[in-house]
Amino acid sequence: MSYSSILIQFLNGLASASSLFLVAAGLSLIFGVTRIVNFAHGSLYMLGMYLAVWLAERVGFWAAVPLAAAIVALFGSVVEISLLRRIYKAPELLQLLATFALLLVIKDAALWIWGPEDLLGPRAPGFTGAVGIAGGAFPQYELLLIVLGPVVFVFLQLILSKTRWGILVRAATQDREMASALGVNQRWLFTGVFVLGALLAGLGGALQVPREPANLMVDLTVISDAFVVVVVGGLGSIPGAFLAALLIAEIKAFCIGLGFSEATLVMEFMVMAAVLVLRPWGLLGRMPAEARGAGTAQQPLARPSPRLLRMLVALVAALALVPLASGGYTLVLLTDVLIFALFAVSLHFIMGPAGLYSFGHAAYFGLGAYAAGILFLQGKMPMELALALAPLAAGFGALVFGWFCVRLSGVYSAMLTLAFAQIVWSAAFQWDALTGGSNGIVGIWPAPWLASKTAYYFLTLLFCALGISFLWKAIYSPFGYALRAGRDSPLRADAIGIDVRAAQWAAFAIAGLAAGISGALYAFSKGSISPEAMGIQRSVDGLVMVMLGGIQTLTGPVWGAALYTWLQDAAARNIDYWRALVGIVILALVLAVPQGLGTLVQGRK
Amino acid sequence: MKLLCLLALLLVSTGVSAQTIKIGELNSYKVFPAFLEPYKKGMELALEEINRAGGVNGRKLELVSRDDGGNPGDAVRVAEELITRENVALLTGTFASNIGLAVSNLAAQRKIVFIAAEPLTDKMVWENGNRYTFRLRASTYMQTAMLIPEAVKLKKVRWAIVYPNYEYGQSATASFKKLLAKAQPGVQFVAEQAPPLGKIDAGAVVQALIDAKPEAIFSSLFAADLQKFVREGNLRGLFKNTSVFNLLGGEPEYLDPLKDETPEGWWVTGYPWSEIRTPAHQKFLDAYRKRWNDYPRLGSVVGYAAIYSAANAIRKAGGTDTEKLIAALKGLEMDTPFGPIVYRAHDHQSTMGAYVGQLSARGGKGRMVNWRFADGANFLPPFEEVRILRKE
Amino acid sequence: MSVLAVNGLSKAFGGVRAVSGVSFAVDAGELLAMIGPNGAGKSTCFNMINGQLAPDSGSIELEGKSLVGKAPREICRSGVGRTFQVTATFGSMTVRENVQLALLSHARAQGSLFSSMEESFLDEAHKLLQQVGMREQADRQCALLAYGDLKRVELAVALASRPRLLLMDEPTAGMAPAERGALMQLAAGLARGEKIAVLFTEHDMDVVFGHADRVIVLADGELIAEGSPTEVRANAQVRSVYLGGEYGDA
Ligand SMILES: Nc1ncnc2c1ncn2[C@@H]1O[C@H](COP(=O)(O)OP(=O)(O)OP(=O)(O)O)[C@@H](O)[C@H]1O
Ligand SMILES: [Mg+2]
Repeated sequence: MSYSSILIQFLNGLASASSLFLVAAGLSLIFGVTRIVNFAHGSLYMLGMYLAVWLAERVGFWAAVPLAAAIVALFGSVVEISLLRRIYKAPELLQLLATFALLLVIKDAALWIWGPEDLLGPRAPGFTGAVGIAGGAFPQYELLLIVLGPVVFVFLQLILSKTRWGILVRAATQDREMASALGVNQRWLFTGVFVLGALLAGLGGALQVPREPANLMVDLTVISDAFVVVVVGGLGSIPGAFLAALLIAEIKAFCIGLGFSEATLVMEFMVMAAVLVLRPWGLLGRMPAEARGAGTAQQPLARPSPRLLRMLVALVAALALVPLASGGYTLVLLTDVLIFALFAVSLHFIMGPAGLYSFGHAAYFGLGAYAAGILFLQGKMPMELALALAPLAAGFGALVFGWFCVRLSGVYSAMLTLAFAQIVWSAAFQWDALTGGSNGIVGIWPAPWLASKTAYYFLTLLFCALGISFLWKAIYSPFGYALRAGRDSPLRADAIGIDVRAAQWAAFAIAGLAAGISGALYAFSKGSISPEAMGIQRSVDGLVMVMLGGIQTLTGPVWGAALYTWLQDAAARNIDYWRALVGIVILALVLAVPQGLGTLVQGRK
Repeated sequence: MKLLCLLALLLVSTGVSAQTIKIGELNSYKVFPAFLEPYKKGMELALEEINRAGGVNGRKLELVSRDDGGNPGDAVRVAEELITRENVALLTGTFASNIGLAVSNLAAQRKIVFIAAEPLTDKMVWENGNRYTFRLRASTYMQTAMLIPEAVKLKKVRWAIVYPNYEYGQSATASFKKLLAKAQPGVQFVAEQAPPLGKIDAGAVVQALIDAKPEAIFSSLFAADLQKFVREGNLRGLFKNTSVFNLLGGEPEYLDPLKDETPEGWWVTGYPWSEIRTPAHQKFLDAYRKRWNDYPRLGSVVGYAAIYSAANAIRKAGGTDTEKLIAALKGLEMDTPFGPIVYRAHDHQSTMGAYVGQLSARGGKGRMVNWRFADGANFLPPFEEVRILRKE
Repeated sequence: MSVLAVNGLSKAFGGVRAVSGVSFAVDAGELLAMIGPNGAGKSTCFNMINGQLAPDSGSIELEGKSLVGKAPREICRSGVGRTFQVTATFGSMTVRENVQLALLSHARAQGSLFSSMEESFLDEAHKLLQQVGMREQADRQCALLAYGDLKRVELAVALASRPRLLLMDEPTAGMAPAERGALMQLAAGLARGEKIAVLFTEHDMDVVFGHADRVIVLADGELIAEGSPTEVRANAQVRSVYLGGEYGDA
């Protein structure tokens, strides 16, 4: 690289950092105050983009930008008042589920309003050309962005440090209980913060229009980028977000400049993993006042009543009889349901009793699936042996990654699981010789005696029923209690001689192993495996299933998995806007049964 | 709860008359709507035409279309549903390579014919080819090969390559390098940029390409990535003294959004729908516009021809028996809006071609100029090579 | 030899010297009360002894073996049980399960995946709960207990690991005066019967002077007095910094 290209790549990085910062700042603010992991933040950004393109044709680009941001802010206030307010008190992470549902609804709404095609907006009037810099041409608009990012940053810092409202926001970020004790009107503080966050997201989206067409994929891309920036910077820290945006954008720009463009696939996740391992609370984050687990710790986990146990046995018996009554597709769908039930239960095993968030559980599902495929095809093993050994790969992966993850807490730990999952995903994506790259591996079929749908269904039923009962039994074993002890009161657990980290680590490995079983079953049921099987979407699916079912229940994840799988299948077949429908059903459930479906089955004590 | 009841109602499948022949179709409608909505319209047009003309072998065709959820696992389940519950005669559809391959693999396992309509991956009919799978569209290899003659003519030595980092981009790049190096010994590939699909950091990529000082560029970017690349490249002067070849760049799906920024003189494969004057195309064009009050995109042609492929195969087979369908599809000759095609008996690849031409912006719109039709048959490797790839 | 011997223990938080140069010892079967005004450094001492905080300097020895640098769980295993000033119990479990888990952990069976929690150490748990007067509430969920009851559960949990040194940080806070005497009676009985060394802090001077064998007084992190309850009560310095009028003329 010549000096001039180094300079220009540096400027490229600065411009990207500015746009990253705008979304990340809003997300960070919202999380800091409300503790909501706003999954729909990328959707607000996407709305900002679409609105700006649409408005630019009518009122011109420069009027469109503030207008779009204002409309998104208004929309944010509606969302906060009508939806989020009702669920601040609900178990943690439920908000995540609600905002995920919102994401689905907004995506389909955008498709409905603006159609499927990418909308390339206008260039910004006055900034359409390029200026000569160091012998190269550099777009004027990028220069404008480079200035805008720091301007917004300074502006936010001023609001936060100089206004009364800002001081309250900072107080609430550091200690929510204290802020409410100070007599802060939490409701309006929360609304205000959410609106400001939405405004920033909308602004970020609108300002992106001259660089990128508005499209329906942008919500997920942006939310994952923004999460990474927020976590790397330290949750709730605006200067941290600024620094992290800068760091990540520059690293990416220079990866490209130096010819390692493939590395950008997961670069942000590698940076995040490195930062979290070295600095458990991000670059400028502080140790949270009180580390809390995934559940409201004080909820009891009642022992299953004899009635419930009888019901479960009857259910398994009924499932075993299904092939008599109906063949074909019912079995295919039930096979999927069973596999995802085991997957969800394995995720619940660490989220419920152990109180460890995981946003990357799909990694272990995928490791099991890929190991099955690789052992079977490359290793030329018999299918039975491949199926038996594959979960060990997942368990081993969980053992390695778990060691790091249990050293962190809360959202940081969750984001580290996500980072590892993305790194594994990218390995599967890039390692053509072993994994078949983006195409994946095809031709992973069961042995002849298991090849029929009925036989494979029985195999799945057997493995999943055994796996699930093992995990459930483990919850009520001393080990399960030790996990809950570490979640309820790490202090007390330590004082009675329990090694909380070791227990969590073991739980991580067990959950990984179980997820690996479901992954291996999945691979042989589909005949193929490709990187999607361990993508973010799969991890999110797992979270949705667990939370739909109820994190503080025992059987909930199974009902959640069944409902979610069935809903996707049925809705996708019959309804064009099935994503929105799934989102609406989730929202309805979140509002109606905030403790999850499991409570309907179990009843409350 | 009401919603659930509603859903349950919807689930009760509608009664289907035994007279119809069902064609099962699955695609990632929610993930690639820009391509697949016109595709669906093309399919429906074909279906209506066929049924208006009395159907096939005296029976009406019925299209059972499903969203495949955008991932292979769900796609396989959806395909199973089409096979077992809907009893479809054959499967068609799919867009992304990995989903196409997964469904093809399932088709072989469940012994049902699969006509892959859109996936471009070469593996579909070669490395991973099987006797149940046929493919309609010109593959990555074929379309890349179509650009080679023009690329060779330019006699440029320093080439840079940019491609989306997944199967399609990787194999386009590999084919291009191999074919060009063979046709023009001494050619140099001075830079390669592989941004993640849908996430190109266009400014940095363009700058990196400028640094490499290429004389020509081969790109297989499309959709949002292409739009960002074009805008940044225009602004930063990347294209000023550089010839650019862009696979798929002339397809209306990807060309139309570029509007007045359409770069001049790029060589692309695509579909200049407004200028093709062949009777076959004119007929299709008129019918499509009449039916949908919209112009066709490339997807429309693919969907239209896919349904006709299925119908012709069933007609030729005299029924829906899988073995007979395979026999019928092998060497099936038929007309498409792009002219006559053959499904090659050896590798099940159709000879559907593509249009090769240059881009130009006129009146705020991008179009293809200097175009010619490249018949797919001329850009396929000989059977001997294919046989080795198919491990037959 | 003393069960616990602390020598020159110091700890500072930033600029605050929470504990400086404190030395004392507790013998088997002895009840030592540590008193002092709020912020004197009592809890900080406890936290260093049970390993939650690392001392800046000084030594802590349990029966001659150093505890410095060990984790709380290791210190528990070497025979130190404790209760917390702000109770720490497992809120999602029942009272019995809390004690059972501590018993299991003491037996090093807390990692068992295959045994059932239900039957584990049931009798022992009931016996301990009986001792602290919580037998009737064994089935109640901990999160729902009154504060005084939580203190009792904590005591049972601390006793479950058969400690030779018991640390109790304000064990009777939140209890009615009558209950306080009973609880301390229990602790004293245990200390004497099973030769446990007990170190406790307390703000209730009736409890302190009624049950302690010896008293040490902390103020601003420093040990300012040590002796029998009578001696300490008579100490002028103690009276001026802590006891004030209440016990001043006794
Ligand atoms: N983790 C900590 N960080 C900073 N300062 C601390 C910390 N823990 C205690 N302190 C300070 O150390 C000093 C001693 O506190 P400590 O809790 O030991 O007092 P105490 O004698 O137990 O008081 P009380 O009777 O109120 O329980 C106090 O000034 C307190 O503010
Ligand atoms: Mg204290």
